Amino acid sequence: MSAHSTSSPLKTYFAIWATLLVATYVTYRVAFLDLGPFNAAVALIIATIKATLVALFFMHVWGSSDKMIKVVVIAALFFLFLLLSLSMADFGTRAWS
Amino acid sequence: MPDQAAAAVHTEGHNPALLHHFAEPEQQRDAASLGMWVFLATEVMFFGGLFCAYLIYRLKYFGDFGAASSTLNTALGATNTAVLICSSLTVVLAVWAAQTARRTLLITSLILTLILGFAFLGIKGIEYHDKFVEHHVPGPSFSFENEPIPGHPGQFANPNHAQIYFALYFIMTGLHAVHMIVGIGIFVWLLALAWKGRLTPEYHTPVEIGGLYWHFVDIIWIYLFPLLYLIDKHK
Repeated sequence: MSAHSTSSPLKTYFAIWATLLVATYVTYRVAFLDLGPFNAAVALIIATIKATLVALFFMHVWGSSDKMIKVVVIAALFFLFLLLSLSMADFGTRAWS
Repeated sequence: MPDQAAAAVHTEGHNPALLHHFAEPEQQRDAASLGMWVFLATEVMFFGGLFCAYLIYRLKYFGDFGAASSTLNTALGATNTAVLICSSLTVVLAVWAAQTARRTLLITSLILTLILGFAFLGIKGIEYHDKFVEHHVPGPSFSFENEPIPGHPGQFANPNHAQIYFALYFIMTGLHAVHMIVGIGIFVWLLALAWKGRLTPEYHTPVEIGGLYWHFVDIIWIYLFPLLYLIDKHK
């Protein structure tokens, strides 16, 4: 995908790798802090940042010339959103919940 | 026109890896890559159903899930996260090595990826063994008596609700581990291809789409780690 780039991507790869390790350490430490109701939110935000970095730079979504790949990624995320949001809309509005 | 272009490429004998129904190597690579991405989209839905089940039961049996999660070995889980992140680095190095015709780096990266993959499964095996010893595996011998709920002194988890947590834990990590085993199989095959010199700057599609699969399995673990291991740690 990025075969046409002239500069070496190695610097990017190692920077992303280091960021992912730091983010793992941060998420581990933050789990022990009392953030009230925000612990889960912070953990999921960090996980999403890590997943985004992997997809963009390791899976080369960033800079990909193939627009179809971006369509597939967005479609997958959209259907995951539908699955979770409609399920939670059902669960959250039931009398017993 | 495409037929003429294909015929031109083929008569030159320029690229033996180019299949007859593709006009040019670029198109062949894009098709393979897109196919893997579509497969990964189905995998998102496959795991998505499990994440949805987890979300609902976590909200329903909040404290019980916290109690059950606190029996996991967080240090081993964190180590495995680091192991997978390092394996993702060796995978991108392998792809880059194939693109730039660095045979030694390619083979070293593939072997390191395999070692890290086996390390992950070994650590996972230790964790599963501990859960079997503690009778935390769902089934007739399941036992979860007098386990305190984090943040609620004097209250104990309902074993039936904790069993749902462990069922989700074993299904989600187990399905992830199956993906790891498949990934290791793919990388053994890639290592064989690399050894025979079949991965070149002109044709390295296998290592590229095998890498996509490996990174996806890494992403799943990036979510599993905080959701299964790190809940209610602050209480």
